[in-house]
Amino acid sequence: MSIAQNIVSIVDETLAGEKYQRLREVVVDVGELVAVVPESLEFCYMVITEKTKFQDSKLTIRVLPLVGKCRKCQAESKVERFDFVCAKCQARDLEIIQGEELHISHLEVD
Amino acid sequence: MSVVTVERKILKKNDEIAGENRMIFRNHHLFTLNMLSSPGSGKTTLLEKTLAQLPKEIKCAVIEGDVQTDNDARRIEKYQVPVVQIVTNGGCHLEAKLIQDALDNFKLQDLNLLIIENVGNLVCPANYDLGEDKKIVLVSTTEGDDKPLKYPSMFRVSDVLVINKIDLLPYVDFSLEQVRKNALQINPDLEVFEVSCRTGEGLENWMKWLVTATRGR
Repeated sequence: MSIAQNIVSIVDETLAGEKYQRLREVVVDVGELVAVVPESLEFCYMVITEKTKFQDSKLTIRVLPLVGKCRKCQAESKVERFDFVCAKCQARDLEIIQGEELHISHLEVD
Repeated sequence: MSVVTVERKILKKNDEIAGENRMIFRNHHLFTLNMLSSPGSGKTTLLEKTLAQLPKEIKCAVIEGDVQTDNDARRIEKYQVPVVQIVTNGGCHLEAKLIQDALDNFKLQDLNLLIIENVGNLVCPANYDLGEDKKIVLVSTTEGDDKPLKYPSMFRVSDVLVINKIDLLPYVDFSLEQVRKNALQINPDLEVFEVSCRTGEGLENWMKWLVTATRGR
């Protein structure tokens, strides 16, 4: 709920100086490792925007898979089932390069 | 139709306040813990045992986070430490702003250690930085040893894993080896302690770690 509230207030701030008729869509990137359930975030967004100027706008959540970069061999590989191991050299020394995002990418307005 | 680029972190505001908290803690040489777990893993009991065993010269304060009631704060008051209860009224996690507001109740210059007991929840609190030095996650042997796999985010962001209620191991289908394996697969840097708050077993290692870390600040 708190995340949905943060989204709405950022959208509101962003659109404050813009000329637009209607907010159509908010596109959010959520990393696989972030503790967010897309369905419940969508539901919270719907509840919060109901009967406001953002009513009927759509929240689109793009889930970004976990990708790590090995500190030993520099290879980049997808992290499967949260097992943080390098797919190439098997080292357990991965830096996360994707999968921790929680940000608003862009908005679509009419 | 037109596109408006935003590219902003959703929890930026919380992260900024957490950064301010971190500066406040640094300036006061205050070591800070954020304790996390499901409801019933034994956060408050570990806190009580810890307060009872802390050396006299370490001055500790406690922030209790709960959805309802001040029961936990009342348990902690008995140990004669300053304690603030934050009741979130339904909120499932603590946020950096709540911590910053609570700090007004303490004389920070007199303290060495601040322990924050978060709301019992293994999901949302993982996303909210409070400005703490270390996140401590607890799992008890009456839960499944696959908890780390079910809540990977929490185990990835934590620094220390405390496995509690090891006195109950003979009666439950919980494998210490398996929970360690599951947790370390997600976060190889986790420091692991196995304890029983009831019998006191293993607490000396936890206390040693905590006292050393606090004195190092």
